[in-house]
Amino acid sequence: MRLILAILLVVNFAISAVAEEHPDYGPEIPSATGEPHPQGNEFMRKFHMDLLSHDRDLTMYEGIRDTDASLKSCFDCHAVTDQATGNPVTYEDERNFCRVCHDYAAVRVDCFMCHRSTPEGFNEPALLKSRLLGPDDGLDDALFTELAAFVANLE
Amino acid sequence: MQDERPLDPSRRNFFKSGAAAVTLTLAPGVTVMAFGGTAASAQGADAGKRWGLLIDVNKCSKDCEACVTACKDENGWEGKGKAEQNAQWIRKVTLKDKSTGRESSLPVMCQHCEQPPCVDVCPTGASFKRKDGIVLVDKHICIGCRYCMMACPFKARSFVHEPVNNQKTFAPRGKGTVESCTLCVHRIDAGRIPACVEACDATGNGAMTFGDLNDPESEISKALTAYPSVALRDDLDLNPGVRYANL
Repeated sequence: MRLILAILLVVNFAISAVAEEHPDYGPEIPSATGEPHPQGNEFMRKFHMDLLSHDRDLTMYEGIRDTDASLKSCFDCHAVTDQATGNPVTYEDERNFCRVCHDYAAVRVDCFMCHRSTPEGFNEPALLKSRLLGPDDGLDDALFTELAAFVANLE
Repeated sequence: MQDERPLDPSRRNFFKSGAAAVTLTLAPGVTVMAFGGTAASAQGADAGKRWGLLIDVNKCSKDCEACVTACKDENGWEGKGKAEQNAQWIRKVTLKDKSTGRESSLPVMCQHCEQPPCVDVCPTGASFKRKDGIVLVDKHICIGCRYCMMACPFKARSFVHEPVNNQKTFAPRGKGTVESCTLCVHRIDAGRIPACVEACDATGNGAMTFGDLNDPESEISKALTAYPSVALRDDLDLNPGVRYANL
């Protein structure tokens, strides 16, 4: 037990030493608009999904729609705008607010298989054709078109 | 799972902000209570209500698709894939009496049964009936097995076959889940009527009536009391919330 504690202590020192040497280590979180969260950023980073999970069930089963937390209200402040087009970027774009941290942690978010990933009112561009076969198939759009034509011929 | 969040009593205060209660005492023992905002949005689903639709088939025009278009626009289920795979939350059906040749046209959507077979067969509990009688799919739980589609006698449910984006915030939908008419639950919670009914009224046909079946004073209850109407597949004893007159 003491040995484990000692090892943990050493590892802990090592990690904090790395963090001190590299203050920029970690994802570059896009800045948001609007008022900061009253609970603080540390709280939101750890518990945002708990807030969303709790309130989604309230809305779905109880019909209570003026909840504190919703994906919709996330994007009121956390939409990342593409400087070239002036439009918010969708989850397909790696600059999307959610993706910045989740890509860093190598976690794929499933929310946007059903939910929109931009503020309401914006008309999201069509999904990349290659995504129709799934994100990990390694197909580009040209190859997909070729494959689709082949399948159409079979039918 | 343990909720690690610190307790904050104000968080779960349902009657908050726009729905602050105002109490006015007129005389001893007589109290008037008013809620800011709409009462519906403050209270959510009301177990005392049973929402329903009455469709007058005589008033439904054969070549009118206003309800279908309005539903597509409202809930964003316009399909872009293969026609036979596209979702249909509501569809126009034409019936022909073979002996007389009389044709009638009517919209068919989720019938919001009191005894919904889709809920009975759902293996995960995703298919459920809200306490005000609206039958919904919890897509966080739906595994896309499609048992409910098999069980539904009205063919009211659709499976999403292709990846989707640009959904409405109040109508999330995605590949691998089953969906159907929600009776525009987001509108009902805001005290409004479903998009199909609004569109039908706008065309001047006025074939659809929406209201609370439990309230004897509602327009729909009065019409149901006064005129004959039928439930589709009445033999199954499902007691649907959607009823048809002059069918």
